[in-house]
Amino acid sequence: MEQLKTIGRELAMGSQGGFGQSKEFLDLVKSIGEARSKAEEDRIVLSEIDILKRKLLEPDIPKRKMKEYIIRLVYIEMLGHDASFGYIHAVKMTHDDNLLLKRTGYLAVTLFLNEDHDLIILIVNTIQKDLRSDNYLVVCAALNAICRLINEETIPAVLPQVVDLLNHQKEAVRKKAIMALHRFHRKSPSSVSHLISNFRKRLCDNDPGVMGATLCPLFDLITEDVSSYKDLVSSFVSILKQVTERRLPKSYDYHQMPAPFIQIKLLKILALLGCGDKSASEIMSMVLGDLFRKCDSSTNIGNAILYECIRCISCIIPSPKLLEAAADAISKFLKSDSHNLKYMGIDGLGRLIKISPDIAEQHQLAVIDCLEDPDDTLKRKTFELLYKMTKSSNVEVIVDRMTDYMISINDNHYKTEIASRCVELAEQFAPSNQWFIQIMNKVFEHAGDLVNIKVAHNLMRLIAEGFGEDDDDADSKLRLSAVESHLQIMSEPKLPSLFLQVISWVLGEYGTADGKYSASYISGKLCDVADAYSSDETVKGYAVSALMKIYAFEIASGRKVDVLPECQSLIEELLASHSTDLQQRAYELQALLALDARAVESILPLDASCEDIEVDKDLSFLNGYIQQAIESGAQPYISERERSCMLETTDYHSQDHHEVPSHALRFEAYERPKPSSLPTQASTELVPVPEPSYYSEAHQPISTSSVSERESSEIKLRLDGVKQKWGRPSYQSSTSASSTPPQAANGTSSHPDVGVGSSSLKPRSSYESKKPEIDPEKQRLAASLFGGSSTSRSDRKSSSGGHKPAKGTASKPPKENPIPVQPPPDLLDFGEPTATSVTATDPFKELEGLMDSSSQDGGSTDVMGVLYSDAAPVTTTTSVDSLLSELSDSSKGNPGTYQSQTSKGPNSKEALEKDALVRQMGVNPTSQNPTLFKDLLG
Amino acid sequence: MIKAVMMMNTQGKPRLAKFYDFLPVEKQQELIRGVFSVLSSRPENVSNFLEIDSLFGPDSRLVYKHYATLYFVLVFDGSENELAMLDLIQVLVETLDKCFSNVCELDIVFNYSKMHTVLDEIVFGGQVLETRSDEIMKAVEEISKLEAASNSISLVPKSVSGWRGGR
Repeated sequence: MEQLKTIGRELAMGSQGGFGQSKEFLDLVKSIGEARSKAEEDRIVLSEIDILKRKLLEPDIPKRKMKEYIIRLVYIEMLGHDASFGYIHAVKMTHDDNLLLKRTGYLAVTLFLNEDHDLIILIVNTIQKDLRSDNYLVVCAALNAICRLINEETIPAVLPQVVDLLNHQKEAVRKKAIMALHRFHRKSPSSVSHLISNFRKRLCDNDPGVMGATLCPLFDLITEDVSSYKDLVSSFVSILKQVTERRLPKSYDYHQMPAPFIQIKLLKILALLGCGDKSASEIMSMVLGDLFRKCDSSTNIGNAILYECIRCISCIIPSPKLLEAAADAISKFLKSDSHNLKYMGIDGLGRLIKISPDIAEQHQLAVIDCLEDPDDTLKRKTFELLYKMTKSSNVEVIVDRMTDYMISINDNHYKTEIASRCVELAEQFAPSNQWFIQIMNKVFEHAGDLVNIKVAHNLMRLIAEGFGEDDDDADSKLRLSAVESHLQIMSEPKLPSLFLQVISWVLGEYGTADGKYSASYISGKLCDVADAYSSDETVKGYAVSALMKIYAFEIASGRKVDVLPECQSLIEELLASHSTDLQQRAYELQALLALDARAVESILPLDASCEDIEVDKDLSFLNGYIQQAIESGAQPYISERERSCMLETTDYHSQDHHEVPSHALRFEAYERPKPSSLPTQASTELVPVPEPSYYSEAHQPISTSSVSERESSEIKLRLDGVKQKWGRPSYQSSTSASSTPPQAANGTSSHPDVGVGSSSLKPRSSYESKKPEIDPEKQRLAASLFGGSSTSRSDRKSSSGGHKPAKGTASKPPKENPIPVQPPPDLLDFGEPTATSVTATDPFKELEGLMDSSSQDGGSTDVMGVLYSDAAPVTTTTSVDSLLSELSDSSKGNPGTYQSQTSKGPNSKEALEKDALVRQMGVNPTSQNPTLFKDLLG
Repeated sequence: MIKAVMMMNTQGKPRLAKFYDFLPVEKQQELIRGVFSVLSSRPENVSNFLEIDSLFGPDSRLVYKHYATLYFVLVFDGSENELAMLDLIQVLVETLDKCFSNVCELDIVFNYSKMHTVLDEIVFGGQVLETRSDEIMKAVEEISKLEAASNSISLVPKSVSGWRGGR
């Protein structure tokens, strides 16, 4: 039946033909609609692309045909195929005088191009012309296009016209002009900062539609800076009042509500203005009360306004009466059958409990219902509410629920979020240590690969330190329970790597401490782990270190150690491991087994993981050595920051000279050419070298011999850019290749438990030094989430031991990573993106940041170098900064590398020539498709 | 701000997709597929809202409505009201209904550019511009009238039609 209807419609359309599409397009759409598989669809589209490519090359295509081709291109791109071969035709179509064609052109261009696309330059002039058109529909089309196509650079070219349009006689144009200005403001606030008064002015526009449109930019402006718009509170209130009193024309009604979208925007603005402002809140309380009374809760839009009122009240300082009205509205939402309204109710409840925490109690049942609901959205929202409501009295129920839900879902993104929430709540409110360890085990078991590595460190730390009370008995009980639960879980197949690390560490440190389990039992288990997860080097490293500790404790206590045969074979295997870290650990273990009890005890004392270690960060013991070196003529040390600054500035200089003038566009009409420019033109005519001259005119770096003196300097400057281009990625790749294993080593050994050589240098001190930094931030977070109750929280926090403060960092990515200042993109520099992406994805960066908070001063690099010199090359803590510094080092002095860079000289010239060639072939190398460019260059 | 408007059928074929911040084609496809796989796994009679930070970045929500063979989807950030967005879909569908008298999937497929015209009158650069479907209709009709006029004129040789146009 459905099909019959479809066929009927198709017939009707085919005969009409008035839709402006040919049979070919209809056939295309139809065949794609009937395609049974993605592969079939792709085949159809690919053949369509072939056809279009051919047709677009034909000369003298009738305009109407062209329009259809463009629509087909748009359609193809919507299906996910590249239609870039036809972009230029879409651009051309915008130049047409015919409105239909022009609009089609604009439509295609706004869908195809991003604001930084090279072809935009060809449209700016047309847009300027269209903005001045007498036909307001043309103006509207142009305004629509600029929202998408104009970037920071081109805003000045159209800004004056757009500002003029603010006073256009048609309200449709005024409205769109305001929206366009708003868009400019979003893209580049500085470019329109002098025009902000226009928004205020337009608020008083005669047309309510224009006024409504003005609320959008005002909302953004007020979000940024509340204080300078406080004077508008009463105006907004009076507008809202007029709207609710139905003073607007009837045409603004929607489902019997007067201008609901304007009301909602106004309420959002009032919420911003009334936030923490008693007098403003008082001004608006009247109208808010009216709204609660007047709103029709039987329609969707009426409820939308009610919800917005609740949101507003949760932001401002409300009167008790308003609070009560809001609570009533929420209970109405929660009691409704509609899932949408329940969702809004839960959301509103979450907002309101910040002000009156006891409001949730009367809705307990409704909340529990939502928790059981099959609707996932509602469930998640409810968990969010529970998360906000958690207290030490209800933490067990809530976290249990959360972990159950976490286990049941597959969505990794949300799993990560809820896992980190579980951890957070458990850390904050844990009623007992046993419970805490249980929850952590559960989280690790099911989401271990998703949680932050610091959570694992916190857990180990908690087990090592206990809850801070000086009760050794309780501590050892806690440890025993951890060991027991871990031994139990270990037998499960396929545990997350992070969890295995924790297990290995705990077993190594405390497995035999209580005397309940024998050393051979524990070491057998550890060997099993190393065996079962043989591809995971980190886990293996942890397991070997744990073994070492077990044996060390045995030796130290005077017992005879027999190494299990599987242990022996594990050690032998690792002695030949490709990973230097594992190799080192194995050798250390072997060496340790040969030592006597006294030596072993001083290397690995029992239960010493929480002892503070003093690290001399200034490396004062090296002073004498340095003094000696300087006396014998060595250069004094220049701090890394200074070095990288030097590099940056030289880079910018070289670019300032060339790139900027060629990039800056002028959109005003050119002046008439003056006769003085004639000679140069003549000279190019005389030189019969067609190909390079094109390029030399455009860029002027290489030219014919007539400008030889300039040429040399130009080429030299160019060389800088090229050196950067070739130099940096190669550095990056070489270091990343060589430094990966050491970084892994670093990652494992950064933990309190380290191999013999480094066990006396634990990063605890840097943990401690972090505390004051994180705490205020966390408190602020807590305050914003829980309002007044935050103080009691922080009390608990501090009372319950040292593992809390580090928690703040667990849920957030660390910010310590130095973000290198990248030089502005160079056309040639397509190596750049890979370089940055490498730093962004480096998982060990976090650890490094944790280890040495001062990773910016090169000193720490040296510490690492000294510490791990036998295991790792000095590049252990390679960050982009140190790369930069290496680069700058090599650019001053260090003849070896410099030589290799200058030898790239000829290449640069070659590259430039190829670039010129490429340009002539009509391909514009952009940052969008660097691979294309790369291919062409070979 | 509204981040994207999508229409797709119940088989996951995109019928219209508009992103208010530029995204490369591959990313658009990925998002469309992602949205569809979430939508198709939702049971009937549940809420029309989704929080989809995993696809569109933090603080992004999605509102969808299922009409016959089509999903209408709006993606937006925290500065919009979910219920109001649901009504915005209603506005869009009501308008299309007036436009095509009893709109169905085919109308949307075959009137690609007109769909965009309607949408551009409702959402402008990611902000809600107009919600009165009569006004939207008026604007769309005016455009089509002029387009039809300019279309017929363009059949006349260029020299004769020189008076026309915005200069």
